[in-house]
Amino acid sequence: MRRFLPYPLAALALLLTWLLLTGLSPATLLLGVVLAWLGTWLLRVMDPPRLRLRRFRVVLDLMWVVAAEIARSNFAVARIVLAPRPRTLSSGFVRIPLEMRDPIGLAALACIITATPGTVWVEYDSADGTMLLHVLDLIDETEWAGIIKNRYERRLMEVLA
Amino acid sequence: MSATADLPLWAALPVALLLLLGAGLTLAGSIGLIRLRDFYARVHSPTLGTTMGVSSILLGSIIYFSVTGSRLVLHEILIAIFMGVTTPVTLMLLARAALYRDRREGRDDVPPPGTHGAP
Amino acid sequence: MSAALLEWSVFLAQAMLALAMGCAAWRTLRGPRAQDRVLGLDTLYVNAAMLLLVFGIRTGSVLYFEAALIIALLGFVATAALAKFLMRGEVIE
Repeated sequence: MRRFLPYPLAALALLLTWLLLTGLSPATLLLGVVLAWLGTWLLRVMDPPRLRLRRFRVVLDLMWVVAAEIARSNFAVARIVLAPRPRTLSSGFVRIPLEMRDPIGLAALACIITATPGTVWVEYDSADGTMLLHVLDLIDETEWAGIIKNRYERRLMEVLA
Repeated sequence: MSATADLPLWAALPVALLLLLGAGLTLAGSIGLIRLRDFYARVHSPTLGTTMGVSSILLGSIIYFSVTGSRLVLHEILIAIFMGVTTPVTLMLLARAALYRDRREGRDDVPPPGTHGAP
Repeated sequence: MSAALLEWSVFLAQAMLALAMGCAAWRTLRGPRAQDRVLGLDTLYVNAAMLLLVFGIRTGSVLYFEAALIIALLGFVATAALAKFLMRGEVIE
């Protein structure tokens, strides 16, 4: 199984993308299966690190938390931008120490943080394991470290453990 | 003339609201590009359009085409997934490039690299 | 009734998105630094893709969707290449 279909999830994602673009019929389904299979063989040449997801419930929980946070901060940032008199914004950088070392987890954390309006992941220092975060509305620096660690890092480490 | 098909009211109302919400959030994000003062503050504002802006417009589009075509049309989800995955990457790349340039020019309003700035 | 509601909301959404494109274009032209221009260009791409989606609703045609997908794809590649260029001074290392 592993030898024949090295990356089953990636193949399934490719097939679904193909079917969404072309519509479902026997001919496109057949072509899509062939293309997805060829695509995952190309992926094998690049040999990406293997992803092991544990605790599917925590994955769903994390997705829900991220979606709610994105929706909330959309309106928060819109309010800041549209305020009639632009108040003096205390935007700034925060350096936060992280415990996570897994590259996939760090990449996921970076995407989550940057996709949330109001926060941007700027860089990661692998020597001392700290990340640099830019916050649009920075009120309390220590509070942000707690938010990142409790809301996202803990769940991501549970999922990838 | 516009060719908007006649939808029942229960479908037209959410489509209208979602379109206006998405376009409004996108506009707010783009106004932020003008109103916010420095680059690092401006990086935050396009995310408004690419997260909730695009999702609500696409949700409106899914409802519209599903009701008029009387079958579920889902291919809009591809754009939402694609933008959700790519925008964080481009914004991170841009922020890092800007930080790199500012450091090279020796500006003192950006944090120094690595261990020096640790709390 | 519902046709008029839809027509007006599509019109308003298009007007707002066009205005948003104007804001992004202003930032692209104005600068002041190269990274501001790239950021403006990226926003311009995203707004154009969304305007095309609303055009699709207005005309009831699915073709606009594919144009929007292509704009989003090209916009990502262009912005990534430009950001790389700002960082290193060359696109391919």
